[in-house]
Amino acid sequence: MLLESLQALLPELNTAVLQTIYMVAVALVSAIIIGLPLGVLLFVTDEGLFLRNKVVNHVTGWLVNLVRSIPYIILLVALLPLTKLIAGSTIGPTAASVSLSVAAIPFFARLVETSLREIDKGVIESAVAVGASPWMIIKDILVPEAKPGIVQGLTITTISLIGYSAMAGIIGGGGIGDLAIRFGYYRYDNTIMITTVIVLVVLVQIIQIGGDKISRVVDKR
Amino acid sequence: MIEVNSLVKIYSSKAKEVIGVNDVSLQIKEGEIYGIIGYSGAGKSSLIRCLNLLEKPTSGEVKIDGVDLTTLNEKALRKARQKIGMIFQHFYLASAKTVYENIAFALKAAGKTPKEIDVRVKELLELVGLSDKSSQYPAQLSGGQKQRVGIARALANNPKVLLCDEATSALDPSTTKSILNLLKTINRKLGLTIVLITHEMEVVKEICHRLAVMQDGKIIEEGLVYDIFANPIQPLTKDFIASVLQFELPQQLIENRKGTIIKIQFKGAIAEESVVSDLFQQFNVKGNILHGKIEYIQDVPLGIFIMELTGEDKEVERAIAYIEERTQNLEVVEHVA
Repeated sequence: MLLESLQALLPELNTAVLQTIYMVAVALVSAIIIGLPLGVLLFVTDEGLFLRNKVVNHVTGWLVNLVRSIPYIILLVALLPLTKLIAGSTIGPTAASVSLSVAAIPFFARLVETSLREIDKGVIESAVAVGASPWMIIKDILVPEAKPGIVQGLTITTISLIGYSAMAGIIGGGGIGDLAIRFGYYRYDNTIMITTVIVLVVLVQIIQIGGDKISRVVDKR
Repeated sequence: MIEVNSLVKIYSSKAKEVIGVNDVSLQIKEGEIYGIIGYSGAGKSSLIRCLNLLEKPTSGEVKIDGVDLTTLNEKALRKARQKIGMIFQHFYLASAKTVYENIAFALKAAGKTPKEIDVRVKELLELVGLSDKSSQYPAQLSGGQKQRVGIARALANNPKVLLCDEATSALDPSTTKSILNLLKTINRKLGLTIVLITHEMEVVKEICHRLAVMQDGKIIEEGLVYDIFANPIQPLTKDFIASVLQFELPQQLIENRKGTIIKIQFKGAIAEESVVSDLFQQFNVKGNILHGKIEYIQDVPLGIFIMELTGEDKEVERAIAYIEERTQNLEVVEHVA
């Protein structure tokens, strides 16, 4: 009976895992493409740094805080018009990945900023003293020096996104978390609920361990 | 080579204003090793950081090779900085880059091609004696080795000036010596002008040609290192010199003496003459050396002796007059009648 229901679940679970990976991957790529530069911008425009700019820093900081303060479930609904514009539809995993991206970008940007802050100011200064351009300092000093922290930030972002993606079910995003809620929780099917939770636990563990490992490898300090 | 005119650096925060550099003017000649000494908070770090505009002066001019850096735009300033090397107390190497990549970065910043970079980095590694450490990360190096990488990086673009911000303060004495020797070598070999700030008189004595003493943001004494060692004027300068040339006699020792205690200073060539033995041959006095040292400041001897002269009053007086004439520098510490 247990085995049977598990077997029946397998195709559903398979789709759900793929959906989760898809949504999280899209959001992560957006976080890297937009969130990383945003984090760098927050850092280099801050007081005492080589591109200090109070206006840019405050506006960016305020925007990041604004998005971060909105609960994801509200963001999901509030962004439906934007979702329609970008994804062409307001339902499905692609639609869900729009709001996931919007949530991931400022979250990751703050994590990038924090890891940049850990770089010794003197190292940045020595690059300024050598006559390097701001772009070179960012590309060749800041990002490589903060790499261990950035990798850790990516790990944390990924895991948070897996959590968020469970809520994507309300717009038909699918995914493992959604499966757990719909089949397991709403239908009181403990087998499904426990199975999906186990899958999530394993997934998160793998990501955390993998992230830690990569972070250690790139850490030359 | 370097000309600083009426440089002022004020740090202002909401709470208060702190004066880092207070109206400093100085000139540093090409090929010179110029030392700036002072206790922490004296403003020497602010001053040296103004020389490549890491710190933007509040007012005043900083001319390097005739160009006033304060008038340059960002791009021109970057270009100028490539010709001003700088090394730091805590080295500040990029931890994610190998020794090779750290040095290469400076060349890349100057827009060199990968081929040019490769040739130059190897040359520099040779110069600082780290050819075998090329692919190591800074974390695997000792302090002295890290500073050598810092020096190689600073010299990458053939600068005319090298700024040393407490470059040896984090190193042990023997490593300090080897780094100072390296600096001396590159100063001679490349004709590089070196400005260094330190709180250690030992460093100044070892390699500087000229010295400025800083206190409260001002230069209170300046001159050739030898002259300052021989004739310090300001109390602070005397303090610094005392840290390497200790010449205090115990009070008890002075009290128990019967003769006249004199302090003689031999400067330069006179230190190699036999003044003291001439003295005993010509005058009927006895001498007893209580304290003495010959210090070599960049290979020029500076001798300081404290001795007690005993004998007939008249003879002692004549002896003192004789030494005074020969050495031009005699001080009667205690005259016991």
